[in-house]
Amino acid sequence: MSSTESLNGKGLALVPKTEAVQTLKDFKSDQEVRWCPGCGDYAILAAVQSFLPELGLRRENIVFVSGIGCSSRFPYYLNTYGFHSIHGRAPAIATGLAASRPDLSVWVITGDGDGLSIGGNHLIHALRRNVNLNILLFNNRIYGLTKGQYSPTSELGKITKSTPMGSLDRPFNPISLALGAEAGFVARTIDSDRKHLQGVLREAAAHRGTSLIEIYQNCNIFNDGAFDALKDPSTRDEITVKLEHGRPIVFGTGENERAVRLSPDGGVEVVRRSEVAESEILVHDMHRPDPSVAFALSRLDDPSFEHVPIGIFRSVDRPSYDQLMAEQLEAASAGGTGSLDALLHGGDTWRIG
Amino acid sequence: MTKQVQQLDRVIIRFAGDSGDGMQLTGDRFTAETAQFGNDLSTLPNFPAEIRAPAGTLPGVSSFQLHFADHDILTPGDAPNVLVAMNPAALKANLGDLPRGADIIANTDEFTKRNLQKVGYAVSPLEDESLSEWRVHSVPLTSLTLKALEELEISKKDAERAKNMFALGLLSWLYHRPTEATVKFLETKFAKKPEIAKANVAAFRAGWNYGETTESFSVSYEIRPAKLASGVYRNISGNQALAYGLIAASVQSKLPLFLGSYPITPASDILHELSKHKRFGIRTFQAEDEIAGVAAALGAAFGGALGVTTTSGPGVTLKAETVGLAVTTELPLIVVDVQRAGPSTGMPTKTEQTDLLMALYGRNGESPVPVIAASTPSDCFDAAIEAARIALRYRTPVILLSDGYLANGSEPWRVPETADLPDLSVEFATEPNGEDGSYLPFKRDTETLARPWAVPGTPGLEHRIGGIEKADGTGNISYDPDNHDKMVRLRQAKIEGIDVPDLTVDDPDGDARVLVLGWGSTFGPIAAAVRRVRKTGGKVAQVHLRHLNPLPANTGDVLRSYDKVLLPEINLGQLALLLRARFLIDVISYNRVRGLPFKAEELAAVIQDVIDSE
Repeated sequence: MSSTESLNGKGLALVPKTEAVQTLKDFKSDQEVRWCPGCGDYAILAAVQSFLPELGLRRENIVFVSGIGCSSRFPYYLNTYGFHSIHGRAPAIATGLAASRPDLSVWVITGDGDGLSIGGNHLIHALRRNVNLNILLFNNRIYGLTKGQYSPTSELGKITKSTPMGSLDRPFNPISLALGAEAGFVARTIDSDRKHLQGVLREAAAHRGTSLIEIYQNCNIFNDGAFDALKDPSTRDEITVKLEHGRPIVFGTGENERAVRLSPDGGVEVVRRSEVAESEILVHDMHRPDPSVAFALSRLDDPSFEHVPIGIFRSVDRPSYDQLMAEQLEAASAGGTGSLDALLHGGDTWRIG
Repeated sequence: MTKQVQQLDRVIIRFAGDSGDGMQLTGDRFTAETAQFGNDLSTLPNFPAEIRAPAGTLPGVSSFQLHFADHDILTPGDAPNVLVAMNPAALKANLGDLPRGADIIANTDEFTKRNLQKVGYAVSPLEDESLSEWRVHSVPLTSLTLKALEELEISKKDAERAKNMFALGLLSWLYHRPTEATVKFLETKFAKKPEIAKANVAAFRAGWNYGETTESFSVSYEIRPAKLASGVYRNISGNQALAYGLIAASVQSKLPLFLGSYPITPASDILHELSKHKRFGIRTFQAEDEIAGVAAALGAAFGGALGVTTTSGPGVTLKAETVGLAVTTELPLIVVDVQRAGPSTGMPTKTEQTDLLMALYGRNGESPVPVIAASTPSDCFDAAIEAARIALRYRTPVILLSDGYLANGSEPWRVPETADLPDLSVEFATEPNGEDGSYLPFKRDTETLARPWAVPGTPGLEHRIGGIEKADGTGNISYDPDNHDKMVRLRQAKIEGIDVPDLTVDDPDGDARVLVLGWGSTFGPIAAAVRRVRKTGGKVAQVHLRHLNPLPANTGDVLRSYDKVLLPEINLGQLALLLRARFLIDVISYNRVRGLPFKAEELAAVIQDVIDSE
């Protein structure tokens, strides 16, 4: 087994640990949080701050990198190293940092505009490249900081200031996009479910390589209630499809209990549980090497919001870019590190005088 | 037959052929032989951006010019003494540059009816009187090569492809070049295809022997080695020298080099070169685009690496926003712009100096960036080290301007002693610097105005930086009007305060009234022109700028001490605009934007005109 493989499932293996006991307080910076009251970002910040201590990492070895947008203010509120950069470029900046510093735990904070619109190219390339990064994509399906234009995840026909007669372009499904880019770790969670959110963060941190976590996040000013159906006790259990590794995919209650099975056309379909044999129900396998089934699952909420998968769609180990790069450097230095003198005097030389 | 040997002090050869004829390789090998022999030299490759334009056409012509001499020379030469024309297109495309009386070695095998038609020759120029004012050597290069290789078990196509080595052999004989290194080179290059190696070596030797026996060459030439300063020399191109300079900067700063780059002509060879030297701990990252290249380099710089991105003009436009981020976060970063002809895609393989104003001002907000320019191919080494010095010492992005002429041109380089290279070591912040034990990421060094560089992994110095305006000292987000005014001025003052050496004017007699000023790759042509003018009794002083921002402190004084200042630029007067604005001096601009370097003769005439108009 190569050293690369031995790091599989150990996203934090090279990051120094601390003996000190950490609490949420250790990760709060002295900066006043300036999101709108009631913003979903508060819940995510609190969840992250209370989750970080359990990693037991030295705080100085954690870095949060963000782009532009409401969510991208996140690093200012964490007492770690932080870089609030420019619109869409956080994955690229984080790539340079993580590729050259495997001793850091690097987190990218982005949104649906930042990550999928202006920074879409960087995001898909980060996912295929698989540098050891955790990307949290706050999806509120709207542009917040520019005051309410539609975003690349807004539903078709969305009426906003820039689209008074309705938006004309189909939205991205971030999970489908990430799986299409063959990301090794792809998950979805929701701002209001702290336990689920932290569970996903835990798995993402342990994953070596790039992880993408879509977090449904409510913008109570410009797109309030976008995910209410997943939060309202009267509808929540009927539409939330919880993906749990090794468990049959079933959801809904009582007579409305439903199951997911493979369909003959190569996708998946939702059927009444009472009408399907137990053996036919799809058992979720997030480690399935081929992303096709995970992709099919990602289509369940599309185009309507009738059944929405939440959880880890895919978690597959493959060598991370930073580790492969380190191995090339190591291999190149096997015969000794470079000598500047030898380099400059290499090639055909001649002496005068 | 004993052949006559004639002594020459300098020769300019141009190899020209189809893009697929291997002219660049032929030129490179002749250059290597010439360097090894000890002549001073300067080269000018000139090739189309298309990898393989239609064969035999004018757009497909690729050429390589080499100037070599028994004394130190400054340019690849204005006009060739010898043109090797591998086909009619090569002849037609280059004849205009060839002075009457020059030698033409033409591959007659390619002067077929079809090839002649392709470039609009009704009759072969080798057969009518049109070339009577030149010395034409008609050589059936292709068939001679095929004949020399008929014993070998290779395809006719492979045999034909060796004709460039036949030409190289002939020229090597004509100018008494050493041949062992070329034989060794071919054997190494084609080590995996021994038959091809054998064919190329055989063609090379056949070319040499042909020269010795044929009657069409009655004279061969000797150019004695040049008397250059003592030391160890090697031939080096601008891109290679720049890459070596970056490696040296990494070694001298003890910082790992991180290159984020996206392939672009004519800068890609720096990426290729650095990718070969992983033994130095160099990480080269081929990004998804120009923006990601610079962004990754900046991310690595945040982590304590020597962050570099390499590109050409179109890439610089895309990187502008990230350079602005580096300006405001005050992180070291080197942005290499190997300028090419623009605007837009322009002429990717041709040279220009048209990115100066973009480098200086092409960003939103007050966004000062130090800008330096390399002046010769080998000077790219020193320029890279200087860029790193400024970036690291002042925690700032630096734009280093090279261009296509420097990038691909080459010259002998006296290899520096590593002990003579500057110490670029930096001290990362390790302790809190605030009075209350806090860390102030924007508390400045009183001398340099640089902020501390605390890298992730340093306990107690956790901090956040970003593109939003920062409060002086703490670095916290600030929208305070007075703070912004202060920060804008502080960032400007930091760049203006960069320690830059004064200009030294070259004026041997000290009584010139005309000054020629230049920057970047015009150094060679200007210096050669100045020599010509002085040879005929003209009085002219010369000065050349390495630092475009900040300018040397004595720039104004130097300019004001001459009656006239002439400024040749391969743009429409970008530096002239600045000098007029800044020093109120009406410099005389001389501008040509042809995608080619100036010629020494052309500039000499311009200088003489300015002197005469005194």
